[in-house]
Amino acid sequence: MKILSELRQQGKGQDMAAVVAAIPYAAFLGVEVQQQGNEVITVLPFKDELVGNPILPAIHGGVIGAFLEITAVLQLLYETACERIPKTVDVNFDYLRSGRGVTTYGRAIVNRQGRRVANVRSEIWQESRDRPIALSQGHYLLAPL
Amino acid sequence: MTDVDGYSQVPHGLAIGLVMDTLADGTPAIRLPYSEHLIGDPDTGVLHGGVITALLDQTAGMVARPPDSPREEAAIATLDLRIDYMGPATPGRDLWAAGECYKRTPNIAFVRAWAFHETRDDPVATCVAAFMMNTPNTPRPPL
Repeated sequence: MKILSELRQQGKGQDMAAVVAAIPYAAFLGVEVQQQGNEVITVLPFKDELVGNPILPAIHGGVIGAFLEITAVLQLLYETACERIPKTVDVNFDYLRSGRGVTTYGRAIVNRQGRRVANVRSEIWQESRDRPIALSQGHYLLAPL
Repeated sequence: MTDVDGYSQVPHGLAIGLVMDTLADGTPAIRLPYSEHLIGDPDTGVLHGGVITALLDQTAGMVARPPDSPREEAAIATLDLRIDYMGPATPGRDLWAAGECYKRTPNIAFVRAWAFHETRDDPVATCVAAFMMNTPNTPRPPL
């Protein structure tokens, strides 16, 4: 049974916390979800395993990228019922500030959704939503129902 | 390649199992053994794109670092990173990554990197990135 149809059968088709729990790497990072209306706010509590530079300390650039991608995919899955988890085609990350040892938050906007590909932009922040620490824009391959 | 040992101590690198290694021709590379906690699609067992991002970011950072500039003395910071995912990584197989710095200025290093199973000619993902040199590297309090 495909994981997304399984979740739909359990009435959890739009429960993004349940989707995170089903994605091993997202669960390993410790991603949490706060749904606010139609916006999926992702939450990444800090832990030592996320660090890239232990001297500062700063969160690993790969974790920042992964969190931006997870944020984009969850917003897409919330808006569109899909057969399988969207696959990233390409993505650009801009690193604006280093990620410090505190909780990080994320949100995403679907710029355009076509039949097979969606363009999604996401941003993440720490102390204030007005001061994002990183941005991404990418294309994701979809299999809508 | 400098400071391979420093890169083996990156906490998130250790958490996902990155191993400093070399290709058959001696090129420094990072190897990522397959592991179930790195899966992105439970239907297929394919690695999460974010894991490949972490592998390529670390590989790109390693080749961006100027020669004779150990990690403890000078920090570098990723300015931007673009990744193209050519195809899924095969579940169960090691993924490798290698890169090259194709232009270095006093402030910026421009880098390409590849993630692959066999050779970089058949990539799972490719990346281009720019890094800022000599960013602050003194301990700072959390916010």
